[in-house]
Amino acid sequence: MFKCTRRLSQLAQITGPGRNNASTLVVAEHNNEALAPVTQNALAAASQLGGEVSVLVAGTKCGSVAEKVSKLKGVTRVLVAEGDAFKGFLPESMTSLVVKVQNDLKFSHILAGASAQGKALLPRVAAKLDVSPVSDVTGIKDADTFVRTIYAGNAIMTLKSKDAVKVVTIRPTSFAPVTEEGGSGKIDQAPSGSFNSASSEFVGQELAKSDRPALAGAKVVVSGGRGMKSGENFKILYALADKLNAAVGASRAAVDAGFVSNDLQVGQTGKIVAPELYIAVGISGAIQHLAGMKDSKTIVAINKDPEAPIFQVSDYGLVQDLFKAVPELTEKL
Amino acid sequence: MARVLVGVKRVIDYAVKIRVKPDKSGVVTEGVKHSMNPFDEIAVEEAVKMKEKKLAAEVVAVSCGPSQAQETLRTALAMGADRAIHVEVSGAEYETLQPIHVSKILAKLAQDEKADIVILGKQAIDDDSNQTAQMVAGVLDWPQATYASKVEKKDGELHVTREIDGGLENIKVKLPAVLSADLRLNEPRYATLPNIMKAKKKPLKKVTAKDLGVDLAPRIQIISVEEPPVRQAGSIVGDVDTLVSKLKESGHV
Repeated sequence: MFKCTRRLSQLAQITGPGRNNASTLVVAEHNNEALAPVTQNALAAASQLGGEVSVLVAGTKCGSVAEKVSKLKGVTRVLVAEGDAFKGFLPESMTSLVVKVQNDLKFSHILAGASAQGKALLPRVAAKLDVSPVSDVTGIKDADTFVRTIYAGNAIMTLKSKDAVKVVTIRPTSFAPVTEEGGSGKIDQAPSGSFNSASSEFVGQELAKSDRPALAGAKVVVSGGRGMKSGENFKILYALADKLNAAVGASRAAVDAGFVSNDLQVGQTGKIVAPELYIAVGISGAIQHLAGMKDSKTIVAINKDPEAPIFQVSDYGLVQDLFKAVPELTEKL
Repeated sequence: MARVLVGVKRVIDYAVKIRVKPDKSGVVTEGVKHSMNPFDEIAVEEAVKMKEKKLAAEVVAVSCGPSQAQETLRTALAMGADRAIHVEVSGAEYETLQPIHVSKILAKLAQDEKADIVILGKQAIDDDSNQTAQMVAGVLDWPQATYASKVEKKDGELHVTREIDGGLENIKVKLPAVLSADLRLNEPRYATLPNIMKAKKKPLKKVTAKDLGVDLAPRIQIISVEEPPVRQAGSIVGDVDTLVSKLKESGHV
């Protein structure tokens, strides 16, 4: 008994402050075939917390995803919950599962990527656990102190969570993904239960098809705004994007005008990107757009209005008509 | 017919460039233009549309905050809400008021008012949390349809199109349910002058969190609020050739 206590206190000394007894559950995001990259960013955040990292893989088909996760560095355990209840990953059934897993295994942290799925799920989980979730975290100071942006990225808040369990979504662009293998996570069944949701039903998805890199993970992003004037004109951006192996994004104005679909929107309420190179074409640079791209390493702006606010954040600005400049740029690259 | 509860938040106007307080305790809110959170305008519009389509019998607008929150409620009333409930929270309690507190207040009101549908904005543009709707649904154990861009009522169920990362998703939820409005759900109407005048006569009830039995004890401690790092000033290049050479120099192409 005494021996045991002493060993525990020694352990606490070795691991030091901020690493005290953390045990983290990462809720994996996937499509029953492939792991969503955002989960690998969340794993990086989990490793900063110290302690064991378990990953929950739930879906109608989990085999290949569980296998992949188990090999990632730092993953000690993979909990698998396979069943029809998880069709469409509805937050109602997923929440019942996560709460059951938490009640049985008592993690100190529950993490997910701040994607549409993670953002829809984790606050519901937090409400069930009666804790206050922390959204879209950009930095981890210690096991209960987190950094996040507020006011469309115009202020940075550091906060200490007083809750016993920290329920946190991770901003993917702020944590380099765990890609190395070498982990040897044990694959186990997640605690069982009845997770069917009678109140909601998944009907289907209409996913936009694209051969270009995914917006959130691309190294180069070319975005168009209202200045593109039509959806047809976006073809000059696609040509430039193909030359640069870039993803194509858009401002809210371009999406609202119907030029491109909503999943391309970059900004406070769309996707947050931080590529090596961001080329803003015909985008004025409203606060809400800047919130989604101002952490890009290099920003290029092409706009005919020299007063456009985008030039205040751009590294290289070109004051020119985009219909002349973009084809010329594509040509010369 | 359904009763709709719609949550609205008074926030710093979206067009204002915010300033961080020198003592790093928060942002400057005194003397700064405030207005209704843009996503909440969309939520109110959808609720009023439901009433116009005879899908809803009554629209109740709720706001939690200091006394100025009543201005935001008057705006919701002028847009077509029938009555309003102001849950007064001010001072230190308002500084640390979080979605967890608001969701418990809204859940209690949804039950007291016998609401069938709760509509909220997807996120408030001040704290950018994107939590309240999901948490209300969790507290009530109702289904949630977040980031809605289209809502239709068929056979007593709501068919909702949601904006997700890769495109759109269609789900069905049974009532009662909680919705959160995305930007493309609708185009909010402007309150007309006659309606603004009429809104002054609509009922506005004031309650406190204590009346509703909700504990507002802080769940977080704000350590600091700071300015984001400033980007180094860039340069304007004269032509495409210069741009290409700059990009080559910095190794981007």
